[in-house]
Amino acid sequence: MHALKQPVAEAEPAAAPPSVVPHPAAVRPVPVAKAAEPAAARQWRNAQLRGRLKSALLWLISLSALFAVWYFGTKYRVDFYIRFTNIPAPADVFDKLLEVNRSEKFITNVGISVRRILSGFGIATLIAVPLGLLIGRYRTARDLLMPIAEVLRPIPAIAWVPMSIMLWPTNEVSIVYITFLGSFFPILLNTVHGVTGFDPVLIRAARCLGAGEGRLFWNVILPGALPHIFTGLAVGMGVAWVSLIAAEMISGQFGVGYFTWEAYSLVNYAEIALGMITIGVLGLACSGAIQMIGSTLMPWSTYAAAGRKEP
Amino acid sequence: MSTKTNEPGRGAIDINDMGVVFNARGTMVEAVSSVDLKVRPGEFVSLIGPSGCGKSTLLNIVAGFVEPTSGSVLVDGKTIRGPSSDRGVVFQQYSLFPWLSVRKNVEFGLKMKGVAASQRETQARTLLGLAGLLAFENHYPDQLSGGMKQRVGIVRALATSPQVLLMDEPFGALDAQTRTVMQEILTNMWQQFRISVLFVTHDIEESIFLSDRIYVMTARPGRIKAEITVPLPRPRTPEMTYTPEFIALVQQLKGLIREESLAAMGSELKEGGLSGFGVEVGPKGVGEMV
Repeated sequence: MHALKQPVAEAEPAAAPPSVVPHPAAVRPVPVAKAAEPAAARQWRNAQLRGRLKSALLWLISLSALFAVWYFGTKYRVDFYIRFTNIPAPADVFDKLLEVNRSEKFITNVGISVRRILSGFGIATLIAVPLGLLIGRYRTARDLLMPIAEVLRPIPAIAWVPMSIMLWPTNEVSIVYITFLGSFFPILLNTVHGVTGFDPVLIRAARCLGAGEGRLFWNVILPGALPHIFTGLAVGMGVAWVSLIAAEMISGQFGVGYFTWEAYSLVNYAEIALGMITIGVLGLACSGAIQMIGSTLMPWSTYAAAGRKEP
Repeated sequence: MSTKTNEPGRGAIDINDMGVVFNARGTMVEAVSSVDLKVRPGEFVSLIGPSGCGKSTLLNIVAGFVEPTSGSVLVDGKTIRGPSSDRGVVFQQYSLFPWLSVRKNVEFGLKMKGVAASQRETQARTLLGLAGLLAFENHYPDQLSGGMKQRVGIVRALATSPQVLLMDEPFGALDAQTRTVMQEILTNMWQQFRISVLFVTHDIEESIFLSDRIYVMTARPGRIKAEITVPLPRPRTPEMTYTPEFIALVQQLKGLIREESLAAMGSELKEGGLSGFGVEVGPKGVGEMV
């Protein structure tokens, strides 16, 4: 999503009387072309439109290329180290999509996966963001909680699967726990970074405007750390899906991961591909949702300096 | 402009024999030493000196960010205990909250005081009107130019009706043209608000143009080297900067500061660095010399 960058407003000089009156001959007024204004606006709009068309075209080329590799690879049964011989063709996958939607089994699997993601990721957000803010701000919280985080963090969520099954009463809770673990650390660490990397001048400014610690936390540190928190949420969502699918494949009943693994066990190639594509689309939708929530909560972020090259 | 000159101004700063010692990685560094400084209610006072002389430290003490090691610092007869909205601060780096619109930035201090939303809005819009920024009230700081940002910074600091305004090289990041316009805007606002100002700068012309009195500081540890009263009448106009009195003051201050700048930059420069140590480099650069 490319938000259009508004041109930065120029400083309009405040009404200051001309201090020194120069010799009339020395100053030649430059005529300002008033009529040029609408033309300039049109020109700017056209440039914007051209830019968007170009972007859309490049997107189309990029996706078509991927699709073409799949289509021709399966059509001609390419076998050149990479083997397309058993790969289902796009049409087979499309047929399978129609077929699975004739019963409720597939959509139920999708629903269960989404529910697991929302609970695991949601709980992780609710715990990791406040904890990250506290760890970032207070040394005591940091010294008390960071050792636990540092010891547990290197263990991948997938490695928790056997332990998780023993730890939690039901299979369902253990899968949600794996999803929670996967997203927890990226959210936590990015939130901590959002606070520790905070511009200290902003905190000083808030304090000399009368903000006490509580209000400083709520009105300055939280909104100031939001960009980093959302980076954490985006990364965390990605890891949550990785962890969920792995957990579903290993221990699951139901879910898209389980659907895909079952298809492999039953040698149903089209269903494998359908499962993969479904996971991809769901992941894309989730990170898109996070991005949308982020730009709604942070409308200012589009104006901040960015590394994007000017067109 | 009708300025009520008979009405007394607000805010007095009284610094007595103040010293600051920092513990920098195990070594004690004396930043400021036995400083006596006074700002009378409604007075505009500048503090100039070479970089690193502790003038910003001094301002940070009055702001309440740093505690003095010795001596006393009183604002309106009371010892400073931490930052407060009674002392507005304007920073060189603008320090506007990027997530708040221009108006919400100005409202921030009032919000912290618990002023009702509708009243906050009215007050913020009045202040933005004075700064000529009402048209930009819904813009975000990142959409503004440096001069506009700093005008927001000034009215934000004035919004809580502080007794004193502390300014730490507020125009240091602006280009020369914007800077002179900002100086005029500031003198106008200062006369409207009748508030005392302590202004830190290293720009000599700026300090003369703005101030009633100027304190010159020595190189570290910073002491008060001279106190100069600016005899120019008010209101100040840009033409005054061409008058002989103004130029004489510039010369006097430049002389005072040059000694301190050389001292601050270390002995190497004093021992011939300014004359290039008598070495001829030539057009081929330093690489050809060896």
